[in-house]
Amino acid sequence: MERQTQASFHNVRGSIVSIVGPVVGVEHMAGVRMYDIVRVGNAGLMGEVIKLRDDLATIQVYEETAGLRAGEPVVATGRPLTVELGPGLLSSIFDGIQRPLEQLSAQETEAFIRRGEQISPLDRTKLWDFSPLHSVGDTVSAGAVLGTVEEFALLHKILVPPHVPTQKIAEIVPAGQYSLDDAIAKLEDGTELKLSHHWPVREPRPYAQKLDPSIPFVTGMRILDTLFPIALGGNAIIPGGFGTGKTVTQQSLAKWSDVDVIVYVGCGERGNEMTEVLTEFPALEDPRSSNPLMQRTVLVANTSNMPVAAREASIYVGVTIAEYYRDMGYSVAMMADSTSRWGEALREVSGRLEEMPGEEGYPAYLATRLAAFYERSGRVIPLSATVCEVEGEQKPSQTHLSDVSGACEGSVTMVGAVSPAGGDMSEPITQNSLRVAGGFWALDTDLAHKRHFPAINWTKSYTLFMDQVVGWYRDNVATDWPQKRTSAMGILQKEIELNEIVQLVGPDALPDSEKLTLEIARMLREDFLQQFAFDEVDAYCTIKKQYDLLSIILLYADESREALAKGATLSSILEGPIRGKIASLKTTELETFKHDVKQLTSDVRAHMSQLEVE
Amino acid sequence: MKTASQQVAPKESEESSAIVGSALSTTRYRTLRMVAGPLVIVDRIIEVAYDETVEIKLSDGTFRHGKVLEVNGDTAIVQVFEGTSGIDVKQSTVRFLGEAAKMEVSTTLLGRVLNGTGTPIDKGAPLDGTQRRDINGAPINPFMRIQPSDFIETGISAIDGLNVLVRGQKLPIFTASGLPANELAALIVQQARVLSGEEFAVVFGAMGITNREASYFVKKFEESGALERVVLFMNLANDPTVERILTPRCALTVAEYLAFDCDMQVLVVLSDMTNYCEALREISTAREEVPGRRGYPGYLYTDLSTIYERAGRIKGSKGSITQLPILTMPDDDITHPIPDLTGYITEGQIVLSRALHRRGLFPPIDVLPCLSRLMNSGIGEGKTREDHSALANQLYAAYAHGNELRQLVAIVGEEALSSDDQKYLKFADEFEARYINQGEHGRSLEETLWLGWDLLTLLPPQDLTRVKKYVEKYGIHPEAEATQEGE
Repeated sequence: MERQTQASFHNVRGSIVSIVGPVVGVEHMAGVRMYDIVRVGNAGLMGEVIKLRDDLATIQVYEETAGLRAGEPVVATGRPLTVELGPGLLSSIFDGIQRPLEQLSAQETEAFIRRGEQISPLDRTKLWDFSPLHSVGDTVSAGAVLGTVEEFALLHKILVPPHVPTQKIAEIVPAGQYSLDDAIAKLEDGTELKLSHHWPVREPRPYAQKLDPSIPFVTGMRILDTLFPIALGGNAIIPGGFGTGKTVTQQSLAKWSDVDVIVYVGCGERGNEMTEVLTEFPALEDPRSSNPLMQRTVLVANTSNMPVAAREASIYVGVTIAEYYRDMGYSVAMMADSTSRWGEALREVSGRLEEMPGEEGYPAYLATRLAAFYERSGRVIPLSATVCEVEGEQKPSQTHLSDVSGACEGSVTMVGAVSPAGGDMSEPITQNSLRVAGGFWALDTDLAHKRHFPAINWTKSYTLFMDQVVGWYRDNVATDWPQKRTSAMGILQKEIELNEIVQLVGPDALPDSEKLTLEIARMLREDFLQQFAFDEVDAYCTIKKQYDLLSIILLYADESREALAKGATLSSILEGPIRGKIASLKTTELETFKHDVKQLTSDVRAHMSQLEVE
Repeated sequence: MKTASQQVAPKESEESSAIVGSALSTTRYRTLRMVAGPLVIVDRIIEVAYDETVEIKLSDGTFRHGKVLEVNGDTAIVQVFEGTSGIDVKQSTVRFLGEAAKMEVSTTLLGRVLNGTGTPIDKGAPLDGTQRRDINGAPINPFMRIQPSDFIETGISAIDGLNVLVRGQKLPIFTASGLPANELAALIVQQARVLSGEEFAVVFGAMGITNREASYFVKKFEESGALERVVLFMNLANDPTVERILTPRCALTVAEYLAFDCDMQVLVVLSDMTNYCEALREISTAREEVPGRRGYPGYLYTDLSTIYERAGRIKGSKGSITQLPILTMPDDDITHPIPDLTGYITEGQIVLSRALHRRGLFPPIDVLPCLSRLMNSGIGEGKTREDHSALANQLYAAYAHGNELRQLVAIVGEEALSSDDQKYLKFADEFEARYINQGEHGRSLEETLWLGWDLLTLLPPQDLTRVKKYVEKYGIHPEAEATQEGE
């Protein structure tokens, strides 16, 4: 049925009347649909219909338009912008319209990207080991798992595309090796199913039910996991001026997050950053599976100097791939670096369309688009989970063969970097993102200047997921986790107040108890919050280790306060090697850490009680 | 369905009254309708390509050049590089050249002086035009890039020690009016060397700088005998503004050829990017586009990225392009759109400070807002020295703390500080006077690192947490130790 529609649109053939930057006006286009893909000019550049008026269509072109002439033909394809979803996505790097960059370079044997190239996103020759889960006569519905193939360590579930009506399988191939172009099953109405299918990027993929996010998104970064955790299926933004560490934070998240699949979208950022990911990830080990990190990663790269319209599309390409793995029942994290560049792409195209501008030249629909994008995150029961019990507290991402027929839940967690102009967070992209994002991890220029990394400001940042995930921490880490978090936040807040007094009267005017508070806050900042992303040991910190580290600092705080109250002097409390030992705990390997922490706990107690005796 | 060429034929005959000549490429339009600022509008054109180069013949027989900014039906908006004065709508004729602007590339360009659009203005031979390349270039496929990781020694401690420059990086110098950015850039060009000892070829793009500034650079290149390794593109302050749009692109096209075709190590110095952005704003305003921040066009970021992103290294070539753009922060404001958007694209920044300059320090680099994003990949064991990163972090943290204390001292006085804090205060002063301030004298990396260790002895030893691992090995300079024993 879809094929017929396509055929009728093939007749739409217009000619170019105007060209300005990436925006092209085309006449004789009546019959073309909004957001359909067209081929522009003799070079066949890819473009998308973004405005229709009578028989005049306005097209945003995903490739450089230099050299395009008025009068050149434009052909409608009758299809919206789609991505191909199937085995082979993992470890690939795509441009903003899902062209594989590796193949693009192989085909052209050169380093620069030329125009008009049409390459299949996925490898068509590779054979995949398909094992069917259904047989002829089984009734399947949209989203059902037809069978599986192995994609690296991940069990890639071949799904019946959404929108296919429920019906019986007429033919299905036996287990064996098949390429993406082989039909693996035929349904009663004649629909052929293959290992991959296409899905329009601007349409969220359907799911059975959205769940409350109640499991934390574990990142291995102390300030995030302990102070501002978000939930699996939640979303957060990382705004910060240049040089505050947005990209390093995003890359750390991509490396160490406790999820099955990472989709990393480099949207309008530096080319060298994508290269860094490409060189670093294959060499790094996934802490969960000890496979190369690259094998769980999909990269979408539209660097700043690539065409601006494709930058707008890249975010949607990324999120659609993320949703696809979610539908197989996996937990997926999507990093978008940076959403500001995406917003600017919207602004640029809007400006060329001479639309009435909103704030700072951004189009009035910016807020709507941002909200719609962030709402594609979530923890859901996928369509495939027909046989699964719905239980809120089930562990995500079960990949055992026994339940491949339908995983209980999948999730897409989104973390968007925001690059506010001039570091000023009152600008439209930050403000509009804040209205939809549940986590706010504010990067701070002052902290970055002091080389306090991650430069996440603990007074400005917040999370809205605390109430939902606190139960998980209580059950899985420690019952007193919430109290300890609150105490730590209290000390850090107290430090700010004390520092204001110090600014006026000098540190000597403070009583000893407050000097002690300042010292403990310093320990929290330096020995707990600071985490060097390039340190071999400390780059990733387990939740348990985070808790132990926090506990020992708080123990030191309690014991020393008590000692002070009992008359010990501040200098005698601070004397000795204990603080230095606490400071080096975070870079201690996990095995020795457990022993050291125990030792230090008794050391702290011994030191303080000895003071009391004196 | 008619092909494009079939559609053309009837139109051409309709319009023949308005044009001179027959073949399309030699067609001269007399249909100039409007001249506004740097733009002219040509009517009744046929099949003009977007971004195509345009030649305008004035009534006095001289030529101007431009490019197509917009095609709308049978109207083209053309941006004129050499300015529009003298163009009239009646007698001037316009010819579309059928291709995007191109630049001659060749190794014989080394040692030559060209104007902002790539035409020689020295007394050398004219260019022979064998190899011409599109000046807009094409984006480098990220898959084909090589991660920059070769340390470049610049001889400047604030850079070598704290904000390392690596081959293939783009590291701008943020300056403000009256600060010696040119002197710093010239010094870097003179002293820069990779550890393997290879020499750099230099492509220098001058955009709207004064004659005095330009001759300073030429003199410096001459002094160091580097002139035959330099290609100079000169668009001076009194040259047409719009020409500046082409200058960095021509310069980078040559740089790409030298680096990726001839395997050379190329250092590109662009001065001053602020003038470039002003030119861009001028055109945008003339086109009556919707402005972004402070009147700069919404596509300023994208436009700048097409310049800065042309730095790097690629697979299959030994060469590299390292960019050192200089830009003046208007009103010393780092949040102004030009430095702001630049900082988001480049791999760090070197920031000059008026306060340090006033105190007579050279180079007056304010290290706190400085950054090199590629530092970690260019230093460490096997590249520079194992303690480099830890040392830099410790110096940074200590200087930041000392600097903070200065503000406190201004309010409560030095006496109110603890003895440890007084050490930090002293450290900050010494750090500026001895580490940052070095005059025109270049320092080797070894000297810079030892100086860093030397300064750390001013601090309370228990605070040196970031360099703890190395204190024993590097804590005291071997020479310093020897002299102490001698005493």
